[in-house]
Amino acid sequence: MIYKTNTCALYGIEGHVIEVEADLSNGLPGFDIVGLPDAAVRESRERVRAAIKNSDFLFPQKRITINLAPADIRKEGSIFDLAIAAGILRASMYILNEALEGFAFLGELSLNGSVKGIKGVLPMCLSLKEKGLRKLILSCDNADEAALVNDMEIYPVENIMDMVDFLNGKKVIKPHKVDLEGILKNNSTEEYDFADVRGQNTAKRALEIAAAGAHNVIMLGPPGSGKTMLARRLPSILPDMTFEESLEVTKIYSIAGLLKDKLYLVTRRPFRSPHHTMSAGSLIGGGRVPHPGEVSLSHYGVLFLDEMPEFSKNVLEVLRQPLEDECVTISRVGGTITFPAKLMLVSSINPCPCGYYGDASGRCNCNPAQIKNYLGRISGPLLDRIDLHIEVPPVGFNDISCSAAEESSAAMKSRINKARKRQLERYEKDGIYFNSQLKPKQIPAYCTIGKKEKELLKNAFERFNLSARAYNRILKVARTIADLEGSENIKTDNIAEAIQYRSLDRKYTL
Amino acid sequence: MTEKKYNMWLSSVPGVGSRTFINLIKHFGSAENIYQSSFSELMDSGIISEKTAESISANRDKEKINEYYRVVKNNGIRVYTIFENEYPKNLKYIFDPPPVLYAKGELSESDALAVGIVGSRKASDYGLKTAHRIAERLAEAGITIVSGMALGIDSAAHRGALAARGRTIAVCGCGLKYIYPSTNFQLSQDIQKNGALISEYPFDTEAFPAQFPARNRIISGLSLGVIVVEAGEKSGSLITADFALEQGREVFAVPGNITSPNSKGTNELIKYGAKLVSRIEDITEELNIEVIYKGNTNTNCNEINDINENEAIILKYLDRKSGDKDSITAATGLHPAKVMAALTMLEIKGLIQQIDGNYLLV
Repeated sequence: MIYKTNTCALYGIEGHVIEVEADLSNGLPGFDIVGLPDAAVRESRERVRAAIKNSDFLFPQKRITINLAPADIRKEGSIFDLAIAAGILRASMYILNEALEGFAFLGELSLNGSVKGIKGVLPMCLSLKEKGLRKLILSCDNADEAALVNDMEIYPVENIMDMVDFLNGKKVIKPHKVDLEGILKNNSTEEYDFADVRGQNTAKRALEIAAAGAHNVIMLGPPGSGKTMLARRLPSILPDMTFEESLEVTKIYSIAGLLKDKLYLVTRRPFRSPHHTMSAGSLIGGGRVPHPGEVSLSHYGVLFLDEMPEFSKNVLEVLRQPLEDECVTISRVGGTITFPAKLMLVSSINPCPCGYYGDASGRCNCNPAQIKNYLGRISGPLLDRIDLHIEVPPVGFNDISCSAAEESSAAMKSRINKARKRQLERYEKDGIYFNSQLKPKQIPAYCTIGKKEKELLKNAFERFNLSARAYNRILKVARTIADLEGSENIKTDNIAEAIQYRSLDRKYTL
Repeated sequence: MTEKKYNMWLSSVPGVGSRTFINLIKHFGSAENIYQSSFSELMDSGIISEKTAESISANRDKEKINEYYRVVKNNGIRVYTIFENEYPKNLKYIFDPPPVLYAKGELSESDALAVGIVGSRKASDYGLKTAHRIAERLAEAGITIVSGMALGIDSAAHRGALAARGRTIAVCGCGLKYIYPSTNFQLSQDIQKNGALISEYPFDTEAFPAQFPARNRIISGLSLGVIVVEAGEKSGSLITADFALEQGREVFAVPGNITSPNSKGTNELIKYGAKLVSRIEDITEELNIEVIYKGNTNTNCNEINDINENEAIILKYLDRKSGDKDSITAATGLHPAKVMAALTMLEIKGLIQQIDGNYLLV
């Protein structure tokens, strides 16, 4: 007689339900796991054996065969331990629950029988729900995360004894619930606030526009002008996340194993700031079995590349595809996986290698070739994908010593949330969320401008010698500026302001 | 082969400078004769050292000369030799005129009325603004602006002349194959259309530090007077001023703050008798140039009525001092969005300009 239980395997950010079949038969005692298990899964034999023994059960002295079906999906990791143990315990009649097939099990076993948490519970839980498996037994560590999926009965257990008692009806475990409303409302105060930044009013304004329309940004300024300081405060003004967005980001963080000991639901937009020594693989994702990289970890959030020219060229170039497609497809022998990567790129750059080009003190010693070389490390195609160029001038003493109150992040955020709402309503049918996602063919429909505005653009192109690529960018940014104002039409002032954010397109003066 | 080709050849032989060139021509009659002369004949002239004579002998290669001539022509370079009438008159009579001038663009008769503007590469806001303004006003009066296309004051002077749609000549310190500094590529294109880039160096000579002081003599040589806008204590612009004095040209200097390191050189020049420039007339009167301004000097007159409230506030502020976006925002108390929009409009209208992030009145 075989007994079935269920568990789940991860593939990219999707879960696959796996059926665990346990069979005990007479013969030479042995323990085999079949169904394309990898080394880590085969190791679970030892863990399961010890865990069962140390939980005061007798490990059956029979020929044990465990089959993980479907057999064509490669299984890896330690997530199947609990399901295998449950199958064996059912087959050896320690568990007498007839409805075991309706349960799913997720968890790694410790040798003493306690159940440990695993990575990727949320996506697995979602796919279990899809398959109609509503009852899930897992480690207490993962309970909160799993409970995010509604309509699931989550039964957290400490160890194998708990599980057996619960399944035999000897112990009552209430389905675990979390207060979703409470989590979403959890507006804990931000660590950084724009009120801390003195001066830099124009840069703040530009970041407000960027946050409202999810535009990619490059900040240009000498060292010490506050580029990093400004970027760190960007998360405090990013629009609130919707539950669906939270869930999607949480899925990625769950797979990457970044949820442990932390908030189990990512309610704040991610802000990733990798060091410039990073490799292309860590940026984009990779590994034998692909894992999400920084671009995916910044999904619906911000990827901040400080001192962009310091990143190696091949690392920067791999950014081009995710910025365009909003996802990354990674191909390895182990499989091809697509991770979402809808991110806002924020980067900073000095005007020259020493950082003081154009400084009034004249301390810059860089020659033009060096400067060209330095700025040239950011390729045209990459720069093409950046909507806003923000100049961050050095801060004067007056700005720092000034005691006037600066605008707080909360005030900026309320305006941004309104602008965001306008965009969501406008693009309801187009499947996009932000102005920055507008495709060239959508621009004429949504960024209509009058005769006066066209005239202004024409003059500006002549006067500032802007490149053709600037045209659509200016319109998109002007669209966001109009949204911030709450106006449906793009006005001349909006365009005039948007033109200010194309400084790198202008001729390099003097 | 024409005499012009021989002249080009001789001037490009390593070791033959402008003085040697002229002495050799005087002695042998023509460049062709020099080409035909043997090593011993060259040595017998007593003008040149053994090394130079060897260099001349070694560089005799008709094919190379023809090839070089072809490359120069194909690149649209005009060649003016000192024996031709088109050669700038002002330059011809200095102590060591370049025997051959390469030019991208065109030299015209009107370039006889030229003024040089030179100054520091790392100029202050004040210097850039002044250089731009002086050049613009002089160019409006039909005067050609000569400078060296370096960063800072030189570029500002060229831009000023171009802004007035006047003529301007850039004297390069390297062959015309290269644009130095390369960031001025766009500027070099504009200059070609409204004047010329000229160089005494063969087409493919790369930029080399020693060549830059030498080209300064051409800047002053082409000009009736040289205006030093900003110069530090040991600035190359002072070399130009020295050349100007040697060549009997006027030297003007724009005074600066006595505490400013950028104006040490110019203030010093004034102390030793250079003419102080505070108005455009200081220059024109000294050079006896009669200026007839073309009607309306302010081309933007019509649009001034067009400015809105915010733009007016910003103009009023910029009238007192220049500043970057943030200082304008802070000083005027306007919302950053309004300031940004107004700055774009003012810049399009040509009332203000931005230099290194600073905005100033035109």
